[in-house]
Amino acid sequence: MTTTMKTAPRFQGKRHRLDKPELLAPAGNLEKLKFAVHYGADAVYIGGQKYGLRSNADNFSFEEMKEGVQFAERYGAKVFVATNIYAHNEDMDGLEDYLRELENAGISAIIAADPVIIETAQRVAPKLEVHLSTQQSTLNWQAVQFWKDEGLPRVVLARETSFKDIAEIKKHVDIEIEAFIHGAMCSSFSGRCVLSNHFTDRDSNRGGCCQSCRWKYDLFVDDMPLYPEDEDKFTMGSKDLCMIEYLPELIEVGVDSFKIEGRMKSIHYVATVVNVYRQAIDAYFDDPEHFELKREWIEEINKAANRPLNTGFFLDTPGAEDHIYEPEEKAAPYDFAGIVMDYDAKTGFATIQQRNHIKLGQEVEFVGPQGTFFKQTITEMTDAEGQLLDTARHPLQHIRIRTLKPVRPMDMMRKKIGKK
Amino acid sequence: MAYKPELLATAASLEELEKLMAAGADAFVIGEARYGMRLAGEFNVELIAEAVKLAKPKGVRIYAALNNLMDNDTADSLGPYIASLHHIGVDAIVFGDPAVLMAAKVHAPGMALHWNAEMTSTNYVTANYWGRRGATRYVLARELNMEQVVDTTAGTELELQVQVHGMTNIYHSKRSLVDSYMEHQSDSERLPVKDKERGLYVIETERQDERYPIYEDANGTHIMSSDDICMIENLHELMEAGIHSLKIEGIMKSMAYNETVIRAYRQAIDAYVADPASYVFQEEWLESIQAVQDSNRELSYGFFYKEQVY
Repeated sequence: MTTTMKTAPRFQGKRHRLDKPELLAPAGNLEKLKFAVHYGADAVYIGGQKYGLRSNADNFSFEEMKEGVQFAERYGAKVFVATNIYAHNEDMDGLEDYLRELENAGISAIIAADPVIIETAQRVAPKLEVHLSTQQSTLNWQAVQFWKDEGLPRVVLARETSFKDIAEIKKHVDIEIEAFIHGAMCSSFSGRCVLSNHFTDRDSNRGGCCQSCRWKYDLFVDDMPLYPEDEDKFTMGSKDLCMIEYLPELIEVGVDSFKIEGRMKSIHYVATVVNVYRQAIDAYFDDPEHFELKREWIEEINKAANRPLNTGFFLDTPGAEDHIYEPEEKAAPYDFAGIVMDYDAKTGFATIQQRNHIKLGQEVEFVGPQGTFFKQTITEMTDAEGQLLDTARHPLQHIRIRTLKPVRPMDMMRKKIGKK
Repeated sequence: MAYKPELLATAASLEELEKLMAAGADAFVIGEARYGMRLAGEFNVELIAEAVKLAKPKGVRIYAALNNLMDNDTADSLGPYIASLHHIGVDAIVFGDPAVLMAAKVHAPGMALHWNAEMTSTNYVTANYWGRRGATRYVLARELNMEQVVDTTAGTELELQVQVHGMTNIYHSKRSLVDSYMEHQSDSERLPVKDKERGLYVIETERQDERYPIYEDANGTHIMSSDDICMIENLHELMEAGIHSLKIEGIMKSMAYNETVIRAYRQAIDAYVADPASYVFQEEWLESIQAVQDSNRELSYGFFYKEQVY
C-alpha cells in the first residue's frame, strides 16, 4: 500500500442520520451475504435477476432475498439491491413488478442511476428508499441538492470526489453521503465508458462490462509506437482503493456510509475486509482520542487483496504510481482453505467445510469476527466419519481438525500460499 | 408545420463556423472546456457572442455547451456564466449535470435546455423525466440502435437529437492516463502536449486494425471511437421517424472535411424535405465524404444496426 502524507487539518462534517457511519458490504450471493453480515456489515448490497450491473454474478432470486433479509434482520442489518443500469426502452417491461417484489421481500433500498428506475420506484414501491448510484457521477453539492429535492435520502458520490469535495457537499446539503472506501475502481467516470460496447458488443451500462480498461494497449503517435514492444504496455487499469489508513478522516468529514466494492469477490475477501473495517470503526468510536491504526488490520487487508492498493481521489488525482502497468500478481500470501461449521468443546475438534486443498502438517490460521485470530499446524485431521486423513482434496467435504483454541461456526481457516 | 430537421454542427473557430454555415449547418454547439465537454474548439463568452452575431441574421442557432461533469468550484461559478450566455442571446444550453438545470432556471429563465449525458441517455421515460424538469431536448446515446431510437420518438414530446456522423467518445477518465504512462516509462523527454491536435492513438493488442484516438485536456483523458458514424445512406429512416436534430460531430476533423460532410447531409435533408415520398439517396453524397475520409478510419453505422448483449 502506498503511504501518503496525512491530510491536516482534517475536514469536519456532520453525518445525516447516524452517529456511527454505516459499513456497507457487497454480497454476490446468499452465502456471501451471511458472511458479510456476520463479520460486521451494517448493510449489504446485492443484485437481483434484472437491472443490475453484474450480469455475470450469481444474482439473487426473490426467495433468496427474503432469506437474506431475515438473516440480516437478526443482526440489525439491512439489505439494498443494486438496480443501477441505464435502461433501454425494452428494459422497462416488468420494472414495476420487479420493484414491488423487492419491496415485498423486505429490501430497504435500491441503488439506482437512471431516472426511469428512480421515478418508478418512488411511485410503485414507496417503502423502498432510493439511493442515487455512483453511475450518476455526482461531484458537486448543487447536484446533490437536486437529488435531495427529488426525494432521495442518499447519494453515492462519484469516485472522483476528494475529502475537500465531500466536506463542501456536507457543508451545503443535509443528506446521507455514501462513498466507496475499498475495492476495485473504474478508472473512467462510472457510466462514462463504453469500451465493452465497442470491443465486444457488450453493453457496459447494462451489466456487460468486460473490463477492457485492464487490457493492454500500444500508444502511437505519428504512425509510430511510442515505446518498444518489450516495454510495459499502456493500460487504463487502476490499483484498488483502500482507505483503512484514513478512517478518522472519513469519519470526521461526515461520510454516512462506507462502501466496500466487490459483488464478484469471494466470501473470504468480503468477510476479511468487512472484519477489518468493523474493528477499526468500532475502535475509533470507543476512544477517538487514542485511536491508532493497527498493523494487523493492514496485514489482514493484504491477505485478501487482489491488486496493489491506493487512496483513489480522496487526497489527490491519481498519478503514475496509482495504475497497474506490470503483469498483475496476486498480492495475497494466504489462501482461503475452509469454513468452520461446528466445534466440539469436549474433543477440541472443529468440523470444517473444505474450500481448498488441505494437508496434515500444514500451517493454517483461523480468523473470526472482531479479529479473533490464531495460527497453528494441522496435527490431526479426519473425515466426517472419523477416518484419519492425510489430505482433504474434495471441494466442500466436511472434515474434522483439532484446533489449538475454541472456534465458532463461520470462522474462516486460511493456509499459507506456497506450502502445498 | 412541415417537418424540417435541424442539421447541427460543431465548430473549432469562428472561421469554421462561418464556413459550415455557408455549407448549410442550421445550428452549432460551441463552448469552453471548463463548462463543456470534448468540444471541437474553445469559445469563451466573447467568442460565443461573436458567433451569435454571425448566426442570428442567417437564422442559425447557437447552443452553448455546459455538459461537463462539474466539481463544486465549477458548479459554484455557473450563475454568472449562464447569465452572460442568456444576455448574449444563445438559443439553448446543453447540460448533463443537474446543477446546470438549477442554475439555468434562476439565471436564464425561459432558456431552451438540451439534456446531453452522452452514454446514459437511453430511454424515453428518462427523457420525459428531464422534460418535466425543464429540458426541451433529449440527446440520445450513440449506443442505441435504430429501433430504440425510433421507439423513443413515440414515447416523448421532447425534441430528440441523434448523432449521424463523426467520432464518438468511448471512455472518459478524470485521470491523466497518457501522462501517467509516460511517467511510468521514465520518459524524460515525454511529450509535453497530449491534446487532441497531437494525433495520439492506442491500439488494443488483439485489434491491430483499430486506431482509437486518445487525448488529455483539463477534464482528464478521453478515448474516441476508431470509426466514424456515417448515416447518410439511411438518413431517411431517422427523418421518417421525425428526429428533430441530426448532429455532425466535427471534433478532431479538418475544416475542409467538416465542410464536405455538412454539404452532403444538407443536400440529403433538403431533398427529403422537398418531397419525402420521392426521396432517393444519391450515391454521390456518400462518395464526396469517402473522398475526404481518413483511410485509417472506417465509415460505419455505429450501433444503429447492431445487437448488443449484456
